Amino acid sequence: MGFKHKDLLGLEQLQPDEIRHILDTAVPMKDIICREIKKVPTLRGRTVINLFYEASTRTRTSFELAGKYMGADTINIATATSSVVKGESLLDTARTLEAMGADVVVIRHQASGAPHFLARNLNAAVINAGDGTHEHPTQALLDMLTIREKKGRLEGLVVTILGDILHSRVARSNIWGLTKMGAEVRVVGPATLVPGIFRQMGVRVIHRVEEALAGADVINVLRIQQERQAKGLLPSLREYARMYALTPERLVLAAPDVLVLHPGPMNRGIEIHPAVADGVASAITEQVTNGVAVRMALLYLLMGGGQSHGTTD
Amino acid sequence: MVTSSFKFSPVRLARNNSGLLILACPPCRGRFFAISGSTPYFQGVEDVQVVTKAEIMDADKMRRALTRVAHEIIERNRGTDNLALVGIRRRGVPLAERLAANIRQIEGVVVPVGILDITLYRDDLTTLAQQPVLHKTEVPFPVVGKRIVLVDDVLYTGRTVRAALDALIDLGRPAWIQLAVLVDRGHRELPIRADFVGKNVPTSRREVISVHLTEVDGLDKVVIGEIIE
Amino acid sequence: MGLLIRGGRVVDPVQGLDGRADILVEDGLIRQIQPELAVERGTVVVDAAGLVVVPGLVDMHTHLREPGQEAKETVATATRAAAKGGYTAVVGMPNTVPVVDTPGQVELVRARAAREGVVRVYQVGAITKGSRGEELAEMADLAAAGVVAFSDDGRPVPSAAVMRRAMEYALMFDMPIISHCEEPSLAEGGVMHEGFYSLKLGLKGIPALAEDLMVHREILLAENTGCRVHIAHLSTKGAVELVRQAKARGVPVTAEATPHHFTLTDAALEGYDTNFKVNPPLRTGEDVAAVIRGLADGTIDAIATDHAPHTEAEKAMEFDYAPFGMVGLETALPLAITRLVNPGVISWTRLVELMAINPCRILGLPGGSLQVGQPADITLINPDLKRTVDRDRLASLGRNTPFHGWSLQGWAVATMVGGQFVYQEEGV
Repeated sequence: MGFKHKDLLGLEQLQPDEIRHILDTAVPMKDIICREIKKVPTLRGRTVINLFYEASTRTRTSFELAGKYMGADTINIATATSSVVKGESLLDTARTLEAMGADVVVIRHQASGAPHFLARNLNAAVINAGDGTHEHPTQALLDMLTIREKKGRLEGLVVTILGDILHSRVARSNIWGLTKMGAEVRVVGPATLVPGIFRQMGVRVIHRVEEALAGADVINVLRIQQERQAKGLLPSLREYARMYALTPERLVLAAPDVLVLHPGPMNRGIEIHPAVADGVASAITEQVTNGVAVRMALLYLLMGGGQSHGTTD
Repeated sequence: MVTSSFKFSPVRLARNNSGLLILACPPCRGRFFAISGSTPYFQGVEDVQVVTKAEIMDADKMRRALTRVAHEIIERNRGTDNLALVGIRRRGVPLAERLAANIRQIEGVVVPVGILDITLYRDDLTTLAQQPVLHKTEVPFPVVGKRIVLVDDVLYTGRTVRAALDALIDLGRPAWIQLAVLVDRGHRELPIRADFVGKNVPTSRREVISVHLTEVDGLDKVVIGEIIE
Repeated sequence: MGLLIRGGRVVDPVQGLDGRADILVEDGLIRQIQPELAVERGTVVVDAAGLVVVPGLVDMHTHLREPGQEAKETVATATRAAAKGGYTAVVGMPNTVPVVDTPGQVELVRARAAREGVVRVYQVGAITKGSRGEELAEMADLAAAGVVAFSDDGRPVPSAAVMRRAMEYALMFDMPIISHCEEPSLAEGGVMHEGFYSLKLGLKGIPALAEDLMVHREILLAENTGCRVHIAHLSTKGAVELVRQAKARGVPVTAEATPHHFTLTDAALEGYDTNFKVNPPLRTGEDVAAVIRGLADGTIDAIATDHAPHTEAEKAMEFDYAPFGMVGLETALPLAITRLVNPGVISWTRLVELMAINPCRILGLPGGSLQVGQPADITLINPDLKRTVDRDRLASLGRNTPFHGWSLQGWAVATMVGGQFVYQEEGV
């Protein structure tokens, strides 16, 4: 099957078959990463621009490697300042990049919907590498690839997402992706960070961590940010840790072969107990490799549309 | 005898009864391509019919040809030392396995067989309306220093083999690469030739060679057809 | 040497009129209004057969953008947009640059309107200096300069104490306070309605609660001080109910609603189109239904546009950074007819109350009726005309309409101010 979208802006718009297709395509990509010559000529002559308005080493490097492994030329534009501060509008920046011949623009931006704005105004394919508190589709895809590898399936699994769901784009993309693929998703955290309205996205909303962890096949632990306390959403990180940290004692409530994921970087001792974090570390390494594979698959699928001519043997 | 008929609408993938894929490519302004090692590409055609003209190989002829090719491979390589077979997806794979079985019968030696998916090495990826599904490359042995025999069903323009050579070399540096095909139908567009050929079949570009294999298609035969516009 | 508007359906609730009538206009005034008038020599006849003839519409909530933001809109362009939309008067909000908080600013707008405006322009003065919500503006001087109400529109007055003083003060001149109702700590940082769509889009929400709380505060303050309070752009089900209850117990409160709040919901934000970014935000279907009920049953007194033009560059931005607001002068009437009158939710009589009579009554303006001797401010509407909204054909400088491409039925075809046509389509 083909991939009919010009852009990848979120998982909400994707069909289950399309998600499966991306994950299936990522599997052979992973082999390429693991071999000695980590390069194929597929996207030779194509240009991938990483436009990052937020600091991110992990995601940016992952996209950069994915582009290079696929044979594309990748360029990074990192700017810590928003377009408003910088004086050049996002629209002007985008048009400049397109004039320079960008085929794919990968964007990370603090404003939700910025990739949609770009996609409407560019012919180039746009990949959302995280927008505000909206979506981070490639992170969810790599999480799902990792889960599928370890568990052999997604359907029927109980996946608990633990932490600041309200401000998490990773959570939203995981919720859309996992529910589409037939998993049962629970979200857990304090009511100020996990409002009941999340039920309308098809998940169970739980405030008691023990209840949320019971029988879970997968636990995805989200990073808790210092500023939530300052904003009055949490009395203290200490209290949060006491109530919600994933500790070895709590982990035994989950399924015996539970898989623990963390999008990183981890706050050891806050959202995750060091002992659990070290157990998680192996899966995190796996997540990083899968991240590159998923992004290679996306570049391949998004660049498959036709512009030039050629013969076929 | 008309075996199949296609009417093309934008982004349409069709498969005729011999298993070859033909797809329309709207961005290519009415061109469409038959994607198979055994078919030509053609342009500006609105309505396509493939008429079967003759069966050029049956199961027996195919078996004999593969037996001969197996002998030739052993002879050319002075045995089976360091020898490995690599089939090109998709019909090259069962052919490589059959050649390996023949070699085992003749020499009593098990020659390793690998599978090569050349999708990422194609030179036409962005012209296809629908991407081929990517499969794994499975070469479960180091290729470094090996004498590799690439195996495919039909040799035509040579572009598939070119892609396969690149894909193979990215896995390591073999000592030698040779090419075995069931049918060589001519019309090369690249300086590539086969070392081992089951059958040479002179064709016109309007003709279609369809290889059927039991493992894929349920029976063994090779037919030649013609495209009627 | 008069002008006769002949054969139209005249709807004037003040005179109890809804039927065929002829109107004779002379010297800028309405001279006669009768079921049938003879045509005298020299009289120009305007054939209004098939048209609805109503008192000139009055928009009690317009952002003229002058002084200071002439790239967005000017008095000249806003009044032309108003005329095209069937309005004979607009009421400018004071959140310009600088804020209209001194008599000098009022005078400036008045002079600009006299020179360049094509419809009547009234001005609202600020409640507090710079609309900062701290010190009261010189309200007596502003009243003397001719402002018709006080408001810090665009922002709420955060301090209940300041608002209480403002009401006590305004009561001395019997002037209404117009309140933009939004509890600031609940609304802080919000860019759309808080609900399922804000959750899923990852945009910070403004809860309905923020509006409800502030509407409740203003009602209690009005009740306590006796000052008239007018709730601007009411948008929530809760606020409609609060106003309904307050009116029932005699609180001097009135309210307006905008066409976008009785037409659109927060679902429209999917896709992050900044033309749907407005404050108060587009709410849920339930809120829209409550607003429509309020317009029909008299809880909400007026339809006001909250016409808020912005430049294209300002709107062509990330959703979080784009300014709030949409233009509305040229689509308000067709939306009201298409969404309220044609489906039978309200009558033509009620429409005239909402768009002409009540704005005049609330702000103490002349107009709102076609009585003999009154200035001839008249709007002619073709109720059958179907037309598609085209952002590129707006008279306003603003292109930020969320209704581009909408087909609407019932448009103003001629607008007369003081006996002169300021907008007239071909064939009228």
